[in-house]
Amino acid sequence: MSEIRVEHLSHIYSQDTPFEKTAIEDINVTIPHGQFVGLIGHTGSGKSTFIQHLNALLTPTDGKIYVGGKDINADKKSRRDVKWEVSLVFQYPEYQLFEETVYADIAFGPKNMGLSEKEVDERVREAASFTGVDEELFQKSPLELSGGQKRRIAIAGVMAMRPGVLVLDEPTAGLDPAGCSQILDNIKKYRELTGATVIIVSHNMDDAARLAERILVFDHSRLVMDGTPEEVFSKPEELIEIGLSVPRPTAIAMELRKRGLQLPDSIYTHEQLKEAVLKLREAKNA
Amino acid sequence: MSSIISFENVHFTYPDDEMESLCGVDLQIEEGSFVTVLGHNGSGKSTLAKHMNAILTPTEGKVIVNGVDTSDDDRLLDIRRNVGMVFQNPDNQIVANVVEDDVAFAPENLGVPMNEIRQRVDEALKLVDMYEYRLHAPHLLSGGQKQRVAIAGVIAMKPKIIVLDEPTAMLDPRGRGEVISTITKLCRENGMTVVLITHHMDECIGADRLVVMSNGKIIADGKPAEVFSQVELMHSEGLDVPETTRLMYELNCEGMKLPLEALDVASCADAIAEALK
Repeated sequence: MSEIRVEHLSHIYSQDTPFEKTAIEDINVTIPHGQFVGLIGHTGSGKSTFIQHLNALLTPTDGKIYVGGKDINADKKSRRDVKWEVSLVFQYPEYQLFEETVYADIAFGPKNMGLSEKEVDERVREAASFTGVDEELFQKSPLELSGGQKRRIAIAGVMAMRPGVLVLDEPTAGLDPAGCSQILDNIKKYRELTGATVIIVSHNMDDAARLAERILVFDHSRLVMDGTPEEVFSKPEELIEIGLSVPRPTAIAMELRKRGLQLPDSIYTHEQLKEAVLKLREAKNA
Repeated sequence: MSSIISFENVHFTYPDDEMESLCGVDLQIEEGSFVTVLGHNGSGKSTLAKHMNAILTPTEGKVIVNGVDTSDDDRLLDIRRNVGMVFQNPDNQIVANVVEDDVAFAPENLGVPMNEIRQRVDEALKLVDMYEYRLHAPHLLSGGQKQRVAIAGVIAMKPKIIVLDEPTAMLDPRGRGEVISTITKLCRENGMTVVLITHHMDECIGADRLVVMSNGKIIADGKPAEVFSQVELMHSEGLDVPETTRLMYELNCEGMKLPLEALDVASCADAIAEALK
């Protein structure tokens, strides 16, 4: 089980130089195994620095990170081992495709884990099914495919390592609505079938609200909000105050409250808003 | 108003491709208007954009830009000078090491005299609100800032038309807001014709006109509120409609009578509050 426990984590870039910059400061958070977490915040708020600590790509300036109870920065071996357990998918992962065929690209990760050819093959087929990559594409060059397909192949390459914690930085950036929902469905499916923890960094509040069980909000290097979507979006003013947008249904609900309508405190999905308005109409007709 | 861009029965097939990417497009764009083109990947919207400054020319039919047929090779420079293009990835469009040098690149190549270049560069940077960054290195700017520098580089050519192909796709919400308000200003205050290709429906809300493309054809064309109110059509094309329209549409299915044209959040809230009085 890979519970993630982060204690007093701080990171300062270029410490003791004129370019010194504190990227994150005193972050404390525990993420139980299997949770679906949405990470939101501005560009520069520290969220990318934070996720790069989760598999020891960055070393803390201060503080500790435990995955499954083990200090991931204890020694060189722990720093290496955690990379199989916690996998990061960066923004625009399709730029990292490099193999000659789709199959080889997806197989790269599991091969490096030292799995047998048969196991690698199983992993590749499984990851392809998670991401809806048709086996007919296996022998094609990944560079010939469309943007959305490339992105799914890149994500499949990470899923093929079957990480217990899957961290994705803006996985839907630059895709059209159909492409976005496909990727999000793939991620949901991976989580359902493997029980993995999923952490998604997103600018899209509507996606965060709909998918995540828990939302972490970063602002100016600090973790400023932590709760269920219901809790976080019941304080839309606070989100707006730090310059973030709120889900669109939340924005409409705020305007309706300003016009004197009595709506529940926390509205963040289309269905909730629709239901709340219909209830008001019933009350009026009664 | 006269049309500055005119597509007449335009067909286009990419070399080695069997399918037509544009199948008989007719479109007139008025001078000084702000037009958005919406459609999902592969709908033909980028192909349409590339016809506007003769990067592509029709396989069949005609495109007339500012009175010039884009198939006329001798007038290519004329067309490119009048139609500036901005693309998705800001990093691919920046050529110089200093912001103001980058903006000066196009006018320099057009042979504009030195002192006028200075003036054009300053004006363009002020227009996109990047003047104070004129001596900065472009690679250290944020995505939204880089994209505004790219827009300034286009404005410094003094084109009549600016065509933007998904200029916000790689930006965060703040950067997207910066770019959209910059191009809205270019149209409203400086009279430029703006064509914005996008798949973000919220970016269409402030435009004069919304054209929806699917499979190489125009399937809807009108004021954004009119187009979005055709909820069934948009859904059947796999396109979203704004949350405001979707909410009112579904409430109407439950028997309420709300105007689907109330596109922005405030007017949507007004309409719902009014109905519940």
